[in-house]
Amino acid sequence: MKLFRFSSPATFYPLAGKLIPSFAVVATATILVGLYWGFFETPDKLGGTNPQKEYYRIIFIHVPAAWMSMWIYLVLAAYSAIGLVFNTRLSFMLANAAAPTGAIFTFLALWTGAFWGRPSWGTWWDWDPRLTSELILFFLYIGYIALHSAIDDPRRADKASALLAIVGLVMLPVIFWSINCPDPNQCAALHQRSSMSQMEPNILWSMLIMTFGLWMYSFVAIFMRLRSIILDREADTTWVKELIAQEKR
Amino acid sequence: MRRRTDVLTTLFFFVIVVSLFPLGVGTEKQILRILGPGVVWVAALLASMLALERLFAADHEDGTLEQMLLTPQPLSLLVLAKVTAHWLLTGLPLVIVAPLIGLQYHLSETAQIAMMLSLLVGTPILSLIGAIGAALTLGLRGGGILLSLLILPLYIPVLVYGAGAVTVSVIDFADTQPYFSLLGAFLLLALIFSPLAAAAALRISME
Repeated sequence: MKLFRFSSPATFYPLAGKLIPSFAVVATATILVGLYWGFFETPDKLGGTNPQKEYYRIIFIHVPAAWMSMWIYLVLAAYSAIGLVFNTRLSFMLANAAAPTGAIFTFLALWTGAFWGRPSWGTWWDWDPRLTSELILFFLYIGYIALHSAIDDPRRADKASALLAIVGLVMLPVIFWSINCPDPNQCAALHQRSSMSQMEPNILWSMLIMTFGLWMYSFVAIFMRLRSIILDREADTTWVKELIAQEKR
Repeated sequence: MRRRTDVLTTLFFFVIVVSLFPLGVGTEKQILRILGPGVVWVAALLASMLALERLFAADHEDGTLEQMLLTPQPLSLLVLAKVTAHWLLTGLPLVIVAPLIGLQYHLSETAQIAMMLSLLVGTPILSLIGAIGAALTLGLRGGGILLSLLILPLYIPVLVYGAGAVTVSVIDFADTQPYFSLLGAFLLLALIFSPLAAAAALRISME
């Protein structure tokens, strides 16, 4: 079937190489537009019950990074499941390539959150449910990467870390719905029930554009890492040897 | 788990860790009462995790595990049996010794009961989830430290609701019901899914 033509590392390697430049162009353009819109075309204050000054603009990095951190975990687990069911090497490689990018986004969300929390709530860190669960997500990514790198046999490493990713999936709904704190008096909920609907349309739009930009960036980063992984794993095959011979010429 | 020391080391690790905290943070009654539930639960997490490393290790070394994979019985059932035996030797002693620990921390009687109950429901969940990690890290160099990295994040919900039940029981025992319901739900889910996941992990590790 044509759909499965690109499910082999040998055919996906050149395709990824061709796709990277276009994703890179789209990513750069949308991130630039999103940042410009976010920094210059939005109101100076974030409205609502807790008005915030200029520093609220870190939202354009913070929220997209947090969304991407969860989305990439979902993608990672999905490719792990596909790999386990259909036994396709490329799915495992994709999951592998996605893990560091996801971990970096998780870290970025926590880091920017700390910088945002300092001026607005007067603290770098609080044990708010969303914050805590994002930290757990970071640990899940680290565990996945650690398990994969600890096993020498690549087939076992792929399958074992894939299973771990799927087990870790049970935590994702907890992270996603952790903003719905049942009793605001009991948890220090800095992230209250989603206030998307009350948000100024300009702020919302630049946030969504930034999310799209970071998503496109993820494609670039993941495909670049994937190409290295493919070359590393398939080093003994003839097509890689031919490729190297071509490069040398 | 073929030697008596295996049981005793886990138990005494638990007791020693719990006894270290008052020496570190000060021995005032007020502070200890607040810290008690959390400290006992964290120590229980660490103790059960330390014991996990040996869950499949001995069977892996002498080849019994391979024979188990070949038996006609479903592997998940065998895993469940192993986890049950493991919990009886490493989890249950913690539950039994918990009231003694509670005395060290000046916990009230109701808090002691809540602690025993929460450990009774909670420690099997730890053993069940941990079995997945133990199966995944089977025979790896530095498996123990890796196991903690994989499993501790998954233990967090159990820790939150287990320690939460004890903390709430200090105020009013009736309020602990949602905590116990959630712990019970976790236990049922873990009973159903983790033997399956651990069996799959064993097959991957033994390939």
